[in-house]
Amino acid sequence: MSSAFRIQERNSGKTRNILAPLWFLLPALILICIFIYYPVIRTAGLSLQNFKLFAQDDIYFAGFQNFSVIFNDLHFKRIMINSVIWVVVSLFFQFTIGFVLALYLNTKFKFSGLYQAIIFIPWALSGFLMGLIWKWIFDDNLGIMNTILEGIGLIDRPIPWLSNDKWAMAAVIIANIWYGVTFFVIMILAALQGVPREILEAAELDGASSRQRLFLVIVPFIKSTLVLIILLRVIWITNFPDLIFGMTSGGPNEQTHILSSWLVQKITYDQDWGAGSALGMFILIILFIFSVFYLLAVKIEDGDK
Amino acid sequence: MLKGFSKGTKITVLTIWFLFTIFPLYWMFLTSIRPVKEVTKHFFWPRSNSTLESYRALFQDYAFGTYLKNSFVVAIAASALVIFIGMLGAYSLARYRFKGKSQVMLVFLVTQMIPGLIALAPLYLLLSRLNLLNTLIALVLCYLGGMIPFATLMLRGFLQQIPPELDEAALIDGCNRVSALFRVIFPVALPGVAATFIFSFVQCWNELFLAMVLIDSDANKTFPVAERSFIGAYFIEWGGLAASVMIGIIPTMIMFGLMSKFMISGLSAGIVKG
Repeated sequence: MSSAFRIQERNSGKTRNILAPLWFLLPALILICIFIYYPVIRTAGLSLQNFKLFAQDDIYFAGFQNFSVIFNDLHFKRIMINSVIWVVVSLFFQFTIGFVLALYLNTKFKFSGLYQAIIFIPWALSGFLMGLIWKWIFDDNLGIMNTILEGIGLIDRPIPWLSNDKWAMAAVIIANIWYGVTFFVIMILAALQGVPREILEAAELDGASSRQRLFLVIVPFIKSTLVLIILLRVIWITNFPDLIFGMTSGGPNEQTHILSSWLVQKITYDQDWGAGSALGMFILIILFIFSVFYLLAVKIEDGDK
Repeated sequence: MLKGFSKGTKITVLTIWFLFTIFPLYWMFLTSIRPVKEVTKHFFWPRSNSTLESYRALFQDYAFGTYLKNSFVVAIAASALVIFIGMLGAYSLARYRFKGKSQVMLVFLVTQMIPGLIALAPLYLLLSRLNLLNTLIALVLCYLGGMIPFATLMLRGFLQQIPPELDEAALIDGCNRVSALFRVIFPVALPGVAATFIFSFVQCWNELFLAMVLIDSDANKTFPVAERSFIGAYFIEWGGLAASVMIGIIPTMIMFGLMSKFMISGLSAGIVKG
């Protein structure tokens, strides 16, 4: 095929039907508007209404009442702190472990393909089902976790994993680390595979130690990927109540709720959709502000260099 | 790459993580094959009195066949539609240059920041107005809408790797753009399409909260929602729960096992290069 034809074809395509690209995109855009953007607008509306599913004849505009109900809730402070701990601690360990595993997996070894397939498994599993499994493992009386820890002599009496608020928080975070490492391995591995061999070889010829190669060559090269996946992950972990839902349902006494599991509770159990929507808007706004500051901070740091 | 760390460290780290990854699943498996009386016992290996009783109960005492079927129908229908509509959008984003393209990309990207959970109440109200509550169609539509942005970006990443000469050749041969896309490009992009399909299938298969809110009738429950029936207020039936969890993770594990190679390039193509 001649290149002349190609140019002609492209030009004629453009003039003949300027709307073609939009026709192709239309079904997707319509779906996105109905199922993603419309719900956001509707949620904003609901958040200003007194709207309880069980009292549908008592719906009225309530201003910021729902927000004040949430902010003045007895457990609000605990839930905020939990949310931050949940995100920061989970993210830190998921990232660190994921990074190390990705570095190891980036060099082939015997059975590395099989190994990779097996440690990727958690990604394919339901967070809620895994929550149930971990609940069974961490069960205060019947769980295997205490038996193992006692067996290897780390503890001499059973830990009240799920009935004590602090231990329960630790338990759900351990489960979350188990669950989320895979994502980082996949993403970081993909990024590492994009690092050109020549750069590494050149650095090695210049006498860079493996530590220097890691921090001065590899990390800067994949930094933009890392920045993006960390942001995506903060958003994702914030909105991942499935595990908590399976393990503790927010208990004991609401002490392991995070914002998103509280939202689910408001919607499904309390059926207070006004408050649930206010909570949803609150999460959305927090994440938006966080994202803006995060990206600005990254940009400023880049500008300094 | 990491010569600074000794081989011993490497093997230790990899082994520990392997055991940690696999243990919960192994333990659930052991629980699922124990006789009911021994469910709470801590044996680390399968014993001679192992039984499939818990599995039998799932299908005979509970309607797990129905729940599994519902989940399959919803996940496959939603994923197939995701692929079809996503391919059209991805083709446009990968091949055309047009005014407003960066704005369209933004519309797709911003969706990744919006928590899906806030859609629970609005979608319930919307679907109840459409008289679709308690139907599998409702779930298919919601999952389709939720999956479309990511799937489109992911497919776009794959389509960009296919040389445009290929569609041009098809156009010369008299195909229109749509048939060129599905007859010529689709087969070439198959690994990427399969990765996207599986990604979408896994998400739909595992989704809990929308299914909880939108489906009330037992006949239309999906698998994860039905799981919750094992959790009573005072008592959890661990044997049945373990067996159902084992069954519930098999489809996604098989799919994932088949595709784990493509997933790396696929997922990162969607997220990072998007």
